[in-house]
Amino acid sequence: MDSTSSNSNTSTHDIIDLCLLAGKIMLQSGAETYRVEDTMSRMAASLGFPGAHSYVTPTVIMFTTSRTEPVKLFRIAERTTDLQKVSEVNDISRRLSERQITANEARERLGAVDDAAHAYPAWLQIAAAALTGACFTVMFKGSLWDALPALLVSGLGFAAATYLHRLVQIRFFAEFTASFLIGLLAFFSVRLGVGQEMDKIIIGSVMPLVPGLLITNAVRDLMAGHLVSGLSKGADAFLTAFAIGTGIGLVLSLF
Amino acid sequence: MILQLLTSFIAAATFCILFNAPVRALVQCGFAGMVGWMLYLQLDEKWDTVVATFVATVAVGVISQFFARSFKMPVIIFSVGGIIPLVPGGLAYDAMRKFVENDNNLAIQFAVQALLLSGAIATGLVLSEVLGQMFRRKNGRST
Repeated sequence: MDSTSSNSNTSTHDIIDLCLLAGKIMLQSGAETYRVEDTMSRMAASLGFPGAHSYVTPTVIMFTTSRTEPVKLFRIAERTTDLQKVSEVNDISRRLSERQITANEARERLGAVDDAAHAYPAWLQIAAAALTGACFTVMFKGSLWDALPALLVSGLGFAAATYLHRLVQIRFFAEFTASFLIGLLAFFSVRLGVGQEMDKIIIGSVMPLVPGLLITNAVRDLMAGHLVSGLSKGADAFLTAFAIGTGIGLVLSLF
Repeated sequence: MILQLLTSFIAAATFCILFNAPVRALVQCGFAGMVGWMLYLQLDEKWDTVVATFVATVAVGVISQFFARSFKMPVIIFSVGGIIPLVPGGLAYDAMRKFVENDNNLAIQFAVQALLLSGAIATGLVLSEVLGQMFRRKNGRST
Protein backbone atom coordinates (compact mmCIF):
# COMPACT_ATOMS: atom_id res chain seq x y z
CA MET A 1 0.00 0.00 0.00
CA ASP A 2 1.42 3.34 -0.97
CA SER A 3 -0.12 5.05 2.01
CA THR A 4 1.87 2.96 4.48
CA SER A 5 5.10 3.29 2.50
CA SER A 6 4.83 7.07 2.23
CA ASN A 7 4.02 7.28 5.93
CA SER A 8 6.35 4.52 7.07
CA ASN A 9 7.55 6.55 10.06
CA THR A 10 4.05 7.07 11.44
CA SER A 11 2.60 4.50 13.78
CA THR A 12 -1.04 3.63 14.30
CA HIS A 13 -1.09 5.78 17.42
CA ASP A 14 0.16 8.79 15.51
CA ILE A 15 -2.59 8.37 12.97
CA ILE A 16 -5.24 8.06 15.68
CA ASP A 17 -3.87 11.21 17.32
CA LEU A 18 -3.92 13.02 13.99
CA CYS A 19 -7.55 12.17 13.36
CA LEU A 20 -8.50 13.06 16.92
CA LEU A 21 -6.73 16.43 16.65
CA ALA A 22 -8.63 17.23 13.45
CA GLY A 23 -11.90 16.22 15.08
CA LYS A 24 -11.13 18.21 18.21
CA ILE A 25 -10.42 21.44 16.31
CA MET A 26 -13.57 21.06 14.22
CA LEU A 27 -15.83 20.31 17.15
CA GLN A 28 -14.41 23.19 19.21
CA SER A 29 -14.97 25.52 16.27
CA GLY A 30 -18.65 24.66 15.93
CA ALA A 31 -18.73 22.24 13.00
CA GLU A 32 -21.76 19.98 12.65
CA THR A 33 -21.49 16.58 14.33
CA TYR A 34 -21.83 14.60 11.12
CA ARG A 35 -19.08 16.67 9.48
CA VAL A 36 -16.67 15.87 12.29
CA GLU A 37 -17.39 12.15 12.05
CA ASP A 38 -17.14 12.23 8.27
CA THR A 39 -13.82 14.10 8.24
CA MET A 40 -12.28 11.79 10.82
CA SER A 41 -13.22 8.58 9.03
CA ARG A 42 -12.12 10.01 5.68
CA MET A 43 -8.71 10.93 7.08
CA ALA A 44 -8.35 7.50 8.69
CA ALA A 45 -9.36 5.79 5.45
CA SER A 46 -6.79 7.72 3.43
CA LEU A 47 -4.09 6.72 5.93
CA GLY A 48 -4.91 3.04 5.59
CA PHE A 49 -7.71 2.44 8.11
CA PRO A 50 -10.92 2.11 6.10
CA GLY A 51 -12.88 0.60 9.02
CA ALA A 52 -12.41 3.44 11.50
CA HIS A 53 -15.34 4.34 13.70
CA SER A 54 -16.09 7.50 15.59
CA TYR A 55 -18.78 8.66 17.95
CA VAL A 56 -19.05 12.42 18.35
CA THR A 57 -21.18 14.43 20.75
CA PRO A 58 -20.74 18.15 21.57
CA THR A 59 -18.66 17.27 24.64
CA VAL A 60 -16.71 14.15 23.69
CA ILE A 61 -15.09 12.41 20.73
CA MET A 62 -14.55 8.65 20.72
CA PHE A 63 -12.46 7.16 17.98
CA THR A 64 -11.15 3.74 17.08
CA THR A 65 -9.42 2.43 13.99
CA SER A 66 -10.54 -1.18 14.22
CA ARG A 67 -12.38 -3.62 16.43
CA THR A 68 -9.25 -4.85 18.16
CA GLU A 69 -7.69 -1.46 18.85
CA PRO A 70 -8.62 0.31 22.06
CA VAL A 71 -10.95 3.29 21.78
CA LYS A 72 -9.40 6.70 22.28
CA LEU A 73 -11.40 9.44 23.86
CA PHE A 74 -11.15 13.20 23.78
CA ARG A 75 -13.05 15.56 26.02
CA ILE A 76 -14.21 18.94 24.68
CA ALA A 77 -14.78 21.57 27.34
CA GLU A 78 -15.01 24.84 25.43
CA ARG A 79 -16.96 25.42 22.23
CA THR A 80 -16.97 28.55 20.11
CA THR A 81 -17.85 29.29 16.51
CA ASP A 82 -14.79 29.72 14.34
CA LEU A 83 -15.63 29.01 10.72
CA GLN A 84 -12.09 29.78 9.60
CA LYS A 85 -10.74 26.80 11.50
CA VAL A 86 -13.50 24.51 10.23
CA SER A 87 -12.63 25.55 6.71
CA GLU A 88 -8.89 25.03 7.21
CA VAL A 89 -9.23 21.57 8.75
CA ASN A 90 -11.60 20.66 5.92
CA ASP A 91 -8.95 21.76 3.45
CA ILE A 92 -6.18 19.77 5.16
CA SER A 93 -8.37 16.66 5.24
CA ARG A 94 -9.16 17.01 1.54
CA ARG A 95 -5.51 17.43 0.60
CA LEU A 96 -4.63 14.41 2.71
CA SER A 97 -7.21 12.24 0.94
CA GLU A 98 -5.98 13.45 -2.43
CA ARG A 99 -2.42 12.58 -1.30
CA GLN A 100 -1.15 16.11 -1.89
CA ILE A 101 0.36 16.15 1.60
CA THR A 102 1.71 13.45 3.92
CA ALA A 103 0.52 12.63 7.41
CA ASN A 104 3.43 14.53 8.94
CA GLU A 105 2.68 17.67 6.99
CA ALA A 106 -0.97 17.36 7.94
CA ARG A 107 -0.01 17.12 11.60
CA GLU A 108 2.14 20.24 11.39
CA ARG A 109 -0.60 22.20 9.68
CA LEU A 110 -3.25 21.03 12.12
CA GLY A 111 -1.03 22.05 15.02
CA ALA A 112 -0.67 25.51 13.51
CA VAL A 113 -4.45 25.78 13.04
CA ASP A 114 -5.01 24.63 16.62
CA ASP A 115 -2.64 27.26 18.05
CA ALA A 116 -3.92 30.09 15.87
CA ALA A 117 -5.77 32.81 17.72
CA HIS A 118 -8.99 34.46 16.60
CA ALA A 119 -8.31 35.87 13.14
CA TYR A 120 -10.19 39.13 13.57
CA PRO A 121 -9.06 41.67 16.18
CA ALA A 122 -11.41 42.42 19.07
CA TRP A 123 -12.26 45.95 17.95
CA LEU A 124 -13.32 44.68 14.54
CA GLN A 125 -15.57 42.08 16.13
CA ILE A 126 -17.18 44.70 18.35
CA ALA A 127 -17.62 46.98 15.34
CA ALA A 128 -19.16 44.08 13.42
CA ALA A 129 -21.52 43.33 16.31
CA ALA A 130 -22.52 47.00 16.45
CA LEU A 131 -23.26 47.05 12.72
CA THR A 132 -25.18 43.78 12.96
CA GLY A 133 -27.36 45.19 15.71
CA ALA A 134 -28.09 48.39 13.81
CA CYS A 135 -28.90 46.53 10.58
CA PHE A 136 -31.21 44.06 12.34
CA THR A 137 -33.06 46.93 13.97
CA VAL A 138 -33.79 48.33 10.50
CA MET A 139 -34.64 44.88 9.12
CA PHE A 140 -37.17 44.28 11.88
CA LYS A 141 -38.99 47.41 10.76
CA GLY A 142 -37.41 49.78 13.24
CA SER A 143 -36.81 53.33 12.03
CA LEU A 144 -33.40 54.73 11.12
CA TRP A 145 -33.53 56.74 14.35
CA ASP A 146 -33.61 53.50 16.28
CA ALA A 147 -30.63 52.15 14.36
CA LEU A 148 -28.34 54.79 15.81
CA PRO A 149 -28.81 53.85 19.48
CA ALA A 150 -28.88 50.17 18.44
CA LEU A 151 -25.42 50.64 16.94
CA LEU A 152 -24.10 51.79 20.29
CA VAL A 153 -26.11 49.42 22.47
CA SER A 154 -25.24 46.25 20.53
CA GLY A 155 -21.56 47.18 20.34
CA LEU A 156 -21.38 47.76 24.08
CA GLY A 157 -23.44 44.64 24.79
CA PHE A 158 -21.18 42.41 22.71
CA ALA A 159 -18.04 43.97 24.21
CA ALA A 160 -19.44 43.34 27.70
CA ALA A 161 -20.28 39.72 26.83
CA THR A 162 -16.76 39.06 25.48
CA TYR A 163 -15.02 40.81 28.37
CA LEU A 164 -17.14 39.18 31.08
CA HIS A 165 -16.67 35.77 29.52
CA ARG A 166 -12.92 36.25 29.79
CA LEU A 167 -13.28 37.43 33.38
CA VAL A 168 -15.59 34.70 34.72
CA GLN A 169 -15.55 31.42 32.88
CA ILE A 170 -19.32 30.93 33.13
CA ARG A 171 -20.98 31.76 29.80
CA PHE A 172 -24.46 31.91 31.28
CA PHE A 173 -23.45 34.72 33.62
CA ALA A 174 -21.69 36.72 30.89
CA GLU A 175 -24.73 36.50 28.62
CA PHE A 176 -27.12 37.38 31.41
CA THR A 177 -25.14 40.48 32.40
CA ALA A 178 -24.61 41.58 28.80
CA SER A 179 -28.31 41.35 27.98
CA PHE A 180 -29.18 43.14 31.22
CA LEU A 181 -26.83 45.92 30.10
CA ILE A 182 -28.44 45.96 26.65
CA GLY A 183 -31.88 46.29 28.21
CA LEU A 184 -30.74 49.11 30.51
CA LEU A 185 -29.01 51.03 27.71
CA ALA A 186 -32.00 50.64 25.39
CA PHE A 187 -34.33 51.84 28.13
CA PHE A 188 -32.23 54.92 28.86
CA SER A 189 -31.72 55.75 25.20
CA VAL A 190 -35.50 55.85 24.77
CA ARG A 191 -35.89 57.80 28.01
CA LEU A 192 -33.30 60.35 26.82
CA GLY A 193 -35.11 60.70 23.52
CA VAL A 194 -32.36 59.22 21.34
CA GLY A 195 -34.43 56.22 20.27
CA GLN A 196 -38.14 55.72 19.74
CA GLU A 197 -39.06 52.07 20.20
CA MET A 198 -37.28 50.19 22.97
CA ASP A 199 -38.43 46.81 21.64
CA LYS A 200 -36.85 47.29 18.23
CA ILE A 201 -33.56 48.46 19.72
CA ILE A 202 -33.43 45.47 22.07
CA ILE A 203 -34.32 42.89 19.42
CA GLY A 204 -31.64 44.21 17.07
CA SER A 205 -29.04 44.47 19.80
CA VAL A 206 -29.43 40.97 21.23
CA MET A 207 -29.10 39.36 17.79
CA PRO A 208 -25.29 38.98 18.07
CA LEU A 209 -25.86 37.01 21.29
CA VAL A 210 -28.91 34.96 20.27
CA PRO A 211 -28.15 31.23 19.78
CA GLY A 212 -29.93 30.99 16.43
CA LEU A 213 -27.28 28.81 14.86
CA LEU A 214 -27.27 26.44 17.84
CA ILE A 215 -31.05 25.99 17.75
CA THR A 216 -31.01 25.23 14.03
CA ASN A 217 -28.03 22.88 14.36
CA ALA A 218 -29.80 21.09 17.21
CA VAL A 219 -32.93 20.42 15.17
CA ARG A 220 -30.76 19.40 12.24
CA ASP A 221 -28.75 16.93 14.34
CA LEU A 222 -31.98 15.45 15.68
CA MET A 223 -33.31 14.93 12.15
CA ALA A 224 -30.03 13.34 11.07
CA GLY A 225 -30.39 10.78 13.86
CA HIS A 226 -27.68 12.22 16.13
CA LEU A 227 -30.04 12.15 19.07
CA VAL A 228 -27.56 12.80 21.89
CA SER A 229 -25.86 15.74 20.15
CA GLY A 230 -29.20 17.17 19.10
CA LEU A 231 -30.58 17.14 22.62
CA SER A 232 -27.42 18.52 24.24
CA LYS A 233 -27.12 21.30 21.68
CA GLY A 234 -30.76 22.09 22.27
CA ALA A 235 -30.13 22.33 26.00
CA ASP A 236 -27.13 24.58 25.35
CA ALA A 237 -29.19 26.85 23.12
CA PHE A 238 -32.03 26.93 25.63
CA LEU A 239 -29.66 27.99 28.41
CA THR A 240 -28.31 30.86 26.32
CA ALA A 241 -31.78 31.99 25.29
CA PHE A 242 -32.85 31.74 28.92
CA ALA A 243 -29.89 33.87 30.04
CA ILE A 244 -30.68 36.57 27.49
CA GLY A 245 -34.38 36.44 28.27
CA THR A 246 -33.77 36.73 32.01
CA GLY A 247 -31.42 39.67 31.54
CA ILE A 248 -33.90 41.57 29.39
CA GLY A 249 -36.82 40.43 31.51
CA LEU A 250 -35.18 41.83 34.64
CA VAL A 251 -34.91 45.26 33.03
CA LEU A 252 -38.54 45.11 31.88
CA SER A 253 -39.81 44.15 35.31
CA LEU A 254 -37.70 46.83 37.02
CA PHE A 255 -39.10 49.71 34.99
CA MET B 1 -36.70 48.18 -0.24
CA ILE B 2 -33.17 49.23 -1.13
CA LEU B 3 -32.60 49.90 2.55
CA GLN B 4 -33.67 46.32 3.34
CA LEU B 5 -31.35 44.95 0.64
CA LEU B 6 -28.44 46.93 2.00
CA THR B 7 -29.01 46.21 5.68
CA SER B 8 -29.57 42.48 5.17
CA PHE B 9 -26.35 42.25 3.17
CA ILE B 10 -24.34 44.08 5.83
CA ALA B 11 -26.00 42.23 8.71
CA ALA B 12 -25.24 38.79 7.22
CA ALA B 13 -21.65 39.72 6.36
CA THR B 14 -20.87 41.28 9.74
CA PHE B 15 -22.45 38.34 11.52
CA CYS B 16 -20.01 36.10 9.70
CA ILE B 17 -17.18 38.22 11.10
CA LEU B 18 -18.48 37.37 14.58
CA PHE B 19 -18.31 33.70 13.60
CA ASN B 20 -14.79 34.27 12.26
CA ALA B 21 -15.52 33.28 8.68
CA PRO B 22 -12.62 33.52 6.21
CA VAL B 23 -12.29 37.03 4.72
CA ARG B 24 -12.74 35.79 1.17
CA ALA B 25 -16.13 34.30 2.06
CA LEU B 26 -17.68 37.43 3.58
CA VAL B 27 -19.18 38.86 0.38
CA GLN B 28 -20.77 35.52 -0.49
CA CYS B 29 -22.17 35.25 3.05
CA GLY B 30 -23.70 38.69 2.71
CA PHE B 31 -25.17 37.73 -0.66
CA ALA B 32 -26.73 34.54 0.72
CA GLY B 33 -28.22 36.50 3.61
CA MET B 34 -29.58 39.16 1.31
CA VAL B 35 -31.28 36.69 -1.05
CA GLY B 36 -32.79 34.75 1.86
CA TRP B 37 -34.13 37.86 3.58
CA MET B 38 -35.60 39.41 0.42
CA LEU B 39 -37.30 36.15 -0.54
CA TYR B 40 -38.66 35.86 2.99
CA LEU B 41 -40.02 39.43 2.95
CA GLN B 42 -41.76 38.90 -0.38
CA LEU B 43 -43.31 35.55 0.55
CA ASP B 44 -44.26 36.56 4.09
CA GLU B 45 -46.86 39.00 2.72
CA LYS B 46 -48.83 36.30 0.92
CA TRP B 47 -48.10 33.03 2.70
CA ASP B 48 -47.69 31.73 6.21
CA THR B 49 -44.48 32.75 7.99
CA VAL B 50 -43.39 29.13 8.40
CA VAL B 51 -43.75 28.47 4.66
CA ALA B 52 -41.94 31.71 3.79
CA THR B 53 -39.07 30.82 6.12
CA PHE B 54 -38.89 27.31 4.70
CA VAL B 55 -38.72 28.45 1.06
CA ALA B 56 -36.18 31.17 1.87
CA THR B 57 -34.01 28.63 3.70
CA VAL B 58 -34.10 26.22 0.77
CA ALA B 59 -32.95 29.06 -1.50
CA VAL B 60 -30.16 29.96 0.94
CA GLY B 61 -29.16 26.29 1.16
CA VAL B 62 -28.98 25.87 -2.62
CA ILE B 63 -26.91 29.06 -2.97
CA SER B 64 -24.59 27.89 -0.17
CA GLN B 65 -24.14 24.49 -1.82
CA PHE B 66 -23.21 26.25 -5.03
CA PHE B 67 -20.73 28.58 -3.29
CA ALA B 68 -19.28 25.71 -1.26
CA ARG B 69 -18.55 23.77 -4.42
CA SER B 70 -17.08 26.66 -6.36
CA PHE B 71 -14.93 28.00 -3.51
CA LYS B 72 -14.11 24.59 -1.96
CA MET B 73 -15.21 25.52 1.53
CA PRO B 74 -17.69 23.78 3.87
CA VAL B 75 -21.36 24.59 3.26
CA ILE B 76 -21.83 25.78 6.85
CA ILE B 77 -19.74 28.92 6.24
CA PHE B 78 -22.22 30.29 3.72
CA SER B 79 -25.44 28.90 5.15
CA VAL B 80 -24.82 30.46 8.59
CA GLY B 81 -24.79 33.97 7.14
CA GLY B 82 -27.79 33.12 5.02
CA ILE B 83 -30.07 31.80 7.74
CA ILE B 84 -29.16 34.27 10.50
CA PRO B 85 -31.72 36.89 9.38
CA LEU B 86 -34.41 34.18 9.25
CA VAL B 87 -33.73 32.84 12.74
CA PRO B 88 -36.68 33.75 15.01
CA GLY B 89 -34.70 35.85 17.49
CA GLY B 90 -37.38 38.50 17.68
CA LEU B 91 -40.09 35.93 18.39
CA ALA B 92 -38.01 34.30 21.10
CA TYR B 93 -37.63 37.74 22.66
CA ASP B 94 -41.37 38.40 22.44
CA ALA B 95 -42.05 35.05 24.09
CA MET B 96 -39.66 35.84 26.93
CA ARG B 97 -41.17 39.27 27.36
CA LYS B 98 -44.68 37.86 27.63
CA PHE B 99 -43.47 35.33 30.20
CA VAL B 100 -42.05 38.17 32.28
CA GLU B 101 -45.32 40.07 31.94
CA ASN B 102 -47.16 36.99 33.24
CA ASP B 103 -49.05 36.57 29.97
CA ASN B 104 -48.27 32.87 29.72
CA ASN B 105 -50.79 32.01 27.02
CA LEU B 106 -49.37 34.47 24.52
CA ALA B 107 -45.84 33.56 25.62
CA ILE B 108 -46.36 29.88 24.82
CA GLN B 109 -47.89 30.81 21.46
CA PHE B 110 -44.80 32.82 20.58
CA ALA B 111 -42.47 30.10 21.84
CA VAL B 112 -44.21 27.40 19.80
CA GLN B 113 -44.08 29.64 16.72
CA ALA B 114 -40.33 30.17 17.27
CA LEU B 115 -39.82 26.42 17.57
CA LEU B 116 -41.80 25.79 14.37
CA LEU B 117 -39.70 28.37 12.54
CA SER B 118 -36.42 26.76 13.63
CA GLY B 119 -37.87 23.46 12.49
CA ALA B 120 -38.65 25.00 9.11
CA ILE B 121 -35.09 26.35 8.84
CA ALA B 122 -33.58 22.99 9.70
CA THR B 123 -35.86 21.13 7.27
CA GLY B 124 -35.03 23.65 4.55
CA LEU B 125 -31.31 23.12 5.06
CA VAL B 126 -31.64 19.34 4.96
CA LEU B 127 -33.82 19.50 1.85
CA SER B 128 -31.32 21.71 0.02
CA GLU B 129 -28.60 19.24 0.95
CA VAL B 130 -30.61 16.32 -0.41
CA LEU B 131 -31.30 18.32 -3.59
CA GLY B 132 -27.57 18.99 -3.93
CA GLN B 133 -26.76 15.29 -3.54
CA MET B 134 -29.36 14.29 -6.12
CA PHE B 135 -28.00 16.85 -8.55
CA ARG B 136 -24.47 15.57 -8.11
CA ARG B 137 -25.49 11.95 -8.56
CA LYS B 138 -27.31 12.89 -11.75
CA ASN B 139 -24.14 14.49 -13.08
CA GLY B 140 -22.28 11.25 -12.36
CA ARG B 141 -19.78 12.68 -9.90
CA SER B 142 -18.95 11.21 -6.51
CA THR B 143 -18.86 13.46 -3.43
